[in-house]
Amino acid sequence: MAKATFDENRCKGCELCVSVCPKKIVVMAEDRINEKGYHPATVEDMDKCIGCAFCAMMCPDVVIEVEK
Amino acid sequence: MAKVFERPKSLIDIPMHYCPGCTHGIVHRLVAEAMDELNIREKTIGVAPVGCAVFAYDYFNCDMQEAAHGRAPAVAAGIKRVHPDNVVFTYQGDGDLASIGAAEIVHAANRGEKITTVFINNAIYGMTGGQMAPTTLLDQVTATSPYGRKPETEGYPIRVSEMLATLEGAAYIERVSVHDIKHIVRAKKAIRKAFEYQLEGRGFTLVEVLSTCPTNWGMTPAESLKWLQDNMIPYYPLGVKKEAK
Ligand SMILES: Cc1ncc(C[n+]2csc(CCOP(=O)(O)OP(=O)(O)O)c2C)c(N)n1
Ligand code: SF4
Ligand code: SF4
Repeated sequence: MAKATFDENRCKGCELCVSVCPKKIVVMAEDRINEKGYHPATVEDMDKCIGCAFCAMMCPDVVIEVEK
Repeated sequence: MAKVFERPKSLIDIPMHYCPGCTHGIVHRLVAEAMDELNIREKTIGVAPVGCAVFAYDYFNCDMQEAAHGRAPAVAAGIKRVHPDNVVFTYQGDGDLASIGAAEIVHAANRGEKITTVFINNAIYGMTGGQMAPTTLLDQVTATSPYGRKPETEGYPIRVSEMLATLEGAAYIERVSVHDIKHIVRAKKAIRKAFEYQLEGRGFTLVEVLSTCPTNWGMTPAESLKWLQDNMIPYYPLGVKKEAK
């Protein structure tokens, strides 16, 4: 079991986390915008997360925490 | 479940001002992780540049000093000489370090000042709107090289790490990149090693980090990482350029 938690209001919508997730489960939330005005990155299918933390390591704004 | 990734203690928990996808943020985090791992936060003093990283003093959770444009190595050398037991680093862009500050970095390295420089090579002046830097690649279009950089008039891009590696005072110099996870891991190791060399009092240390400026390159963050990999790495080969035994 693993979980990636996104501090959504810190997200700047750069999408770099999306590009590195080996499970392709990081997506931009098209249904909402954050305080900065971006569609924030999120994971909907968390059951597939393997806790590799690639998304967190690639994020320039330290938006993501990962537990495993 | 246990945390496998969280914000390093050496990076203050506030939003950073960098543009979306700018790799300055990744490098800040790597410097902070290295400080955490070596447990040196309480004795580290950073010197911030002029450039997009000018607000680095608001982000690193250690003592910080701002320097005039390009003068960070001179300021850091002074701090280190007065406080030899502290860890002193500069964080500088390529306009700051390789243009206006070219003299300071060369002489700090040559004197073997026992400081660490984190050198961000993004091949452009970011803060001021994308002018040509000494590191701008040949044919690269910038605000001040609208037809591309030409060697006849603008000279060739300077390989700062190789140049400084010729100096006796340089103890450890490595060029790294942050365009993918594998290279991010290596970049952190290099920064950590530079700090370790400083703790051992070995001499001048510098880590050049190939970085992106999506805003002034006019690309998405993901395209920028690809551009770095395809264009910068062939001209700026990665690896250790100097390692004093
Ligand atoms: C004495 C002086 N000259 C020029 C400037 C204008 N200036 C501000 S930042 C900068 C260059 C920034 O580029 P770089 O060091 O590559 O950092 P980046 O913004 O790309 O991170 C320049 C020329 C200044 N602030 N002070
Ligand atoms: S921790 Fe790994 S698998 Fe989970 S969302 Fe992040 S990149 Fe994807
Ligand atoms: S202008 Fe370029 S270097 Fe500066 S914060 Fe924006 S992307 Fe980063």
